Amino acid sequence: MSARKLTVAAAFVASALSSSALAQDLVVRGERVFTMAGAAIENGVVVIENGKIVAVGPEATMEVPEGYEQLSAAVVTPGLVDAHTVVGLTGYSNQPDEQDFLETSSPIQPELRAIDAYNPDERLIDWLRGFGVTTLHTGHGTGALVSGQTMVVKSVGLTVDDAMVERRAMVAGHLGPGALGEGDKAPGTRPKQIAMLREALIKAQTGGEKDDKPKRDLQAEVLRDVLARKLPLMITANRAQDIMGALRIGDEFDIDVVIDGAAEAYLVLDELREAGAAVILHPTMTRHFGDYANASFISAAALREAGIPFALQSGYEAYVPKTRVVLWEAGFAAAHGLAFEDALRSVTIDAARIIGVGDRVGSLEPGKDGDVALFDGDPFEYTTHVIGVVIDGVVVSREAN
Amino acid sequence: MPNIRTLLAGACALAAICTPLAAQERPIVFEGAIILTMAGETIENGALVIEGGKVVSVGAGIEIPADAERRDMRGMVIMPGIVDTHSHIGGVSGADSSSPIQPEVRAMDSINPRDSRIAKARAGGVTTANVMPGSGYLMSGQTFYMKLRRGQAIEDIAFLWDDGTVMGGMKMANGTNPIREASGFPKTRAKSAALVRTRLVAAQAYCEGEKETRDLANEALCEVLGGKRIVHFHTHRADDVMTAMRLRDEFGFRLVIQHGMESYKVADRIAASNTPVSAILVDSPGGKLEAMNASLAAAGILERAGVLTSLHSDDGIIDSRLMFRQAGLAVRAGMTRQGALRALTINGARQLGLADRVGSLEPGKDADFLVLDGDPLSVYTDIRETWVEGEKLFDLADPEQAIYATGGYGAGEDTLPGEVLDHSGEMIGGGQ
Repeated sequence: MSARKLTVAAAFVASALSSSALAQDLVVRGERVFTMAGAAIENGVVVIENGKIVAVGPEATMEVPEGYEQLSAAVVTPGLVDAHTVVGLTGYSNQPDEQDFLETSSPIQPELRAIDAYNPDERLIDWLRGFGVTTLHTGHGTGALVSGQTMVVKSVGLTVDDAMVERRAMVAGHLGPGALGEGDKAPGTRPKQIAMLREALIKAQTGGEKDDKPKRDLQAEVLRDVLARKLPLMITANRAQDIMGALRIGDEFDIDVVIDGAAEAYLVLDELREAGAAVILHPTMTRHFGDYANASFISAAALREAGIPFALQSGYEAYVPKTRVVLWEAGFAAAHGLAFEDALRSVTIDAARIIGVGDRVGSLEPGKDGDVALFDGDPFEYTTHVIGVVIDGVVVSREAN
Repeated sequence: MPNIRTLLAGACALAAICTPLAAQERPIVFEGAIILTMAGETIENGALVIEGGKVVSVGAGIEIPADAERRDMRGMVIMPGIVDTHSHIGGVSGADSSSPIQPEVRAMDSINPRDSRIAKARAGGVTTANVMPGSGYLMSGQTFYMKLRRGQAIEDIAFLWDDGTVMGGMKMANGTNPIREASGFPKTRAKSAALVRTRLVAAQAYCEGEKETRDLANEALCEVLGGKRIVHFHTHRADDVMTAMRLRDEFGFRLVIQHGMESYKVADRIAASNTPVSAILVDSPGGKLEAMNASLAAAGILERAGVLTSLHSDDGIIDSRLMFRQAGLAVRAGMTRQGALRALTINGARQLGLADRVGSLEPGKDADFLVLDGDPLSVYTDIRETWVEGEKLFDLADPEQAIYATGGYGAGEDTLPGEVLDHSGEMIGGGQ
C-alpha cells in the first residue's frame, strides 16, 4: 500500500473512530440563538474551537474569528438531549436478535450494564441525530422491576467508548402492571413489587456491613451505589399509586428517585414537589392506552406550573414507529400550554441536568461541548427543517430533515 | 302538556348522547373566516351558510338568508371535517383466528358507539372514518364507514347505501401480518395470493350462478367483485403493493392501497393504473420489517406522481388527534400544502366513494366542518369546533369537552382495538 493510501486510510479510521479527532473550528450564526443560558440572542454567534464552545454572543459585540467554517440558520439551539430512550439497545427492524433492552430471566438485575449492549451502528441513532438529537440517555428499559443500568452517549461514534459521556447514569426500575412477571412468576402484584424492591435494597445495605472483605456481589455493588446516592434510581411509574410507591421507596431509603413516565403526575403534583423528585415525562404524544390511559397532552405544562423539574423523552416503542423524536414531543408540549422556551429547555438544559450531564451539554456556553442544532424556522413547527447538526465541533449532518 | 317530542328532547339532553330529532332547522351563517373549501380557491373573508345539516352556500359576498343565525368567525379558518381512511376507533374487531378469509364478518357488529375514542377523534377534527378490522388475515371482514354524529346505536353513525343497508368496504391484507402459524393460514406470500385467488374464483362462480341459498361470505364477495364494496388492502412492501394490484387486475375489484409504506418506490406504476393510496407517515422507520423503509417523503412522492393520496391515522398507531400533524410532516418532506390538506379531506372521501357527501364544502354536501384558530399545518393551531351535519359536536371552549382534545382523567377509558394493542398498551402483531 502506498504511503498516500495509508494516510487516507488512517484519516478515514480516525474520522470514524472519534469525532473529536477531527473537530473543526466553527462559527455558527443564528438569526435567533437560544442558548438556554439567558435570553435568546438576536443575530447571535456561537464560536467552537477544538470541539468546545469558546464564545457566544450577539455578532455586533463580538470579534468573530476568521478562517473558520461558517454555518448559519434562522434558529440555532443547543444539540437536543433525549432524556430517556432505549435506542441503541433496541434495533429498528424489531427482530428478537437485536432487542437487548429487557432481560426477563429475573425481575431484579441492576448488574446489567448499558455499555455491554449498545450498538452504535443502529440506524435509529442516525435517524434521531438527523433531527438534532446529539445526546441520548439510553440503556435498559421498562418492563422489569429493576432492569439494569443506563448511560449517556453522544449520537455518534463507531464504538460505545467513542460515544461515551457517562458510563453509568441511573439504575432503571419499573412499578406497575407493565413490570409484572409472566404467569406465576413474581412479582405478580403491585405490593409484591414494592416488597421485592425493598428486600433487594435492604439486602444490599446489610450485605456491605457484615464483614470487612465481603465477597463481590455485582448486584449489591450497584444497589449500594444507589443507596449511597451515587446513582439515582429511575422508576417508571405511570399510575398515581405507582408514582406514590416510588416516592415511598425514595423516602424510606433516602435515595435519589427520578420518576419516569409519570402519566398521572398531574394528580400528585404536591407530593412530587415535596419529595423533590425530578420527572422524565412520557412522550407528549404517547398513546392513551393501558397505563397511559389517563395521560394528557398538557402534563408538561402542569409540571412546569407546579415547579417540578422535568424533561421529555422519546421513551420506548414496541412497534411502529420504533422510536419517537424528542424535538416533536417538545413541540407538541409547546402547543399544549408549555411556553416555547420551557419546551426547548425540556429537551436541552433541563434534560441534561436531570440525567447528570448539565456541565457538558444542554446549553450554548463557553466551555461546553460544541453540540448545536440548526433550523430554518421555528424548531417546533411541523414544516420546519433541521438543516444542520454539530457534535463536538464536527458537522455530522447537513441534510434538511 | 308537553308533547312527546319535547319529552324526548329532554331525555336526550340528560343522556347527552342521542341522535338529533331533527337536523338544525334555522340557517346558520359563519362569517369572516378564511374558508378552505377543498373544492377550489381559498376564500378570504368568506361566509358559509348551512341549513338542515347541509351546506347551502359558501363564498365571498354571497347572499345571507334573512332569518339566519350569524356567527362571527373573523380570525378563524374553516375547512371540511377530516376523512380518516383507515381507523380502529370504537374498539373494532373483525375476523377470528379460525380461518384467514372471512368476508362475512362485519366491523359494524363490534363497534361500541360510546367508545371515548370516537369523541377524541371528533376533537381531533375527524368527522368521517373508515373503521376497519385488523390486518392479521387475508380478508378480515367488512369495514364500517363511520359518520361521527352523536349516536347510541351503530346505525346512528353509519353511512347507508341507497337500499338502506350499512355502507363499508372490505379489508384485505398481504405481506407478513396474515402469515401466521395458525391452521389454515398462509406461511408464504405466494400462498397468500393463491388462497385469495382460489376464494375469489369460487365467489365468481357463486355470483354468476343462481344464488338459491344464501351464503353470507359469497354475498359480500359478490359486492366486492361487482365494485360496490371497495377493497382496502393493507400492504407495505413494494412487491406486495404490486401483488395487490395484480389481484385487482385479475378480478376487477376496486382497490385502495392501505399504508403502502413502500408505495413511493412504485409510484409511477400506481399512478398509471389510477390506484389510490391511503398513506401513513410515522415518526421513524422500523418497528417491523415491512416498515424499515418508511419515509416521510412518501406522500409527496405519490402526489408528484399523480396518485390520489390520502393520509390516515390507523388509530391507535397514530392518535386521531394527530391528523393535522401528519399533513404538516408530509409538507415538511415535500408534499404541497394544498395537497396535504386535500389528503385529509376530499381525497379520502373520493377513496371511500363518499365524495358526493363529504370531504369538501360545497352546496348540497353534509355540513361537516372544523373551526381552527390558525394555519391548519401549524403545531400551535387548535381545533376550536367540530361540526357534523350542522351540529356542533365538539367545542374546545367547554371544559367538559376540551378534555377529549387533550386526554387526562375523565376523558374516558377507550375500548381497545384488540388487533392493535394488548392490555398494557404495547403493540402486538396484526395491527399495522
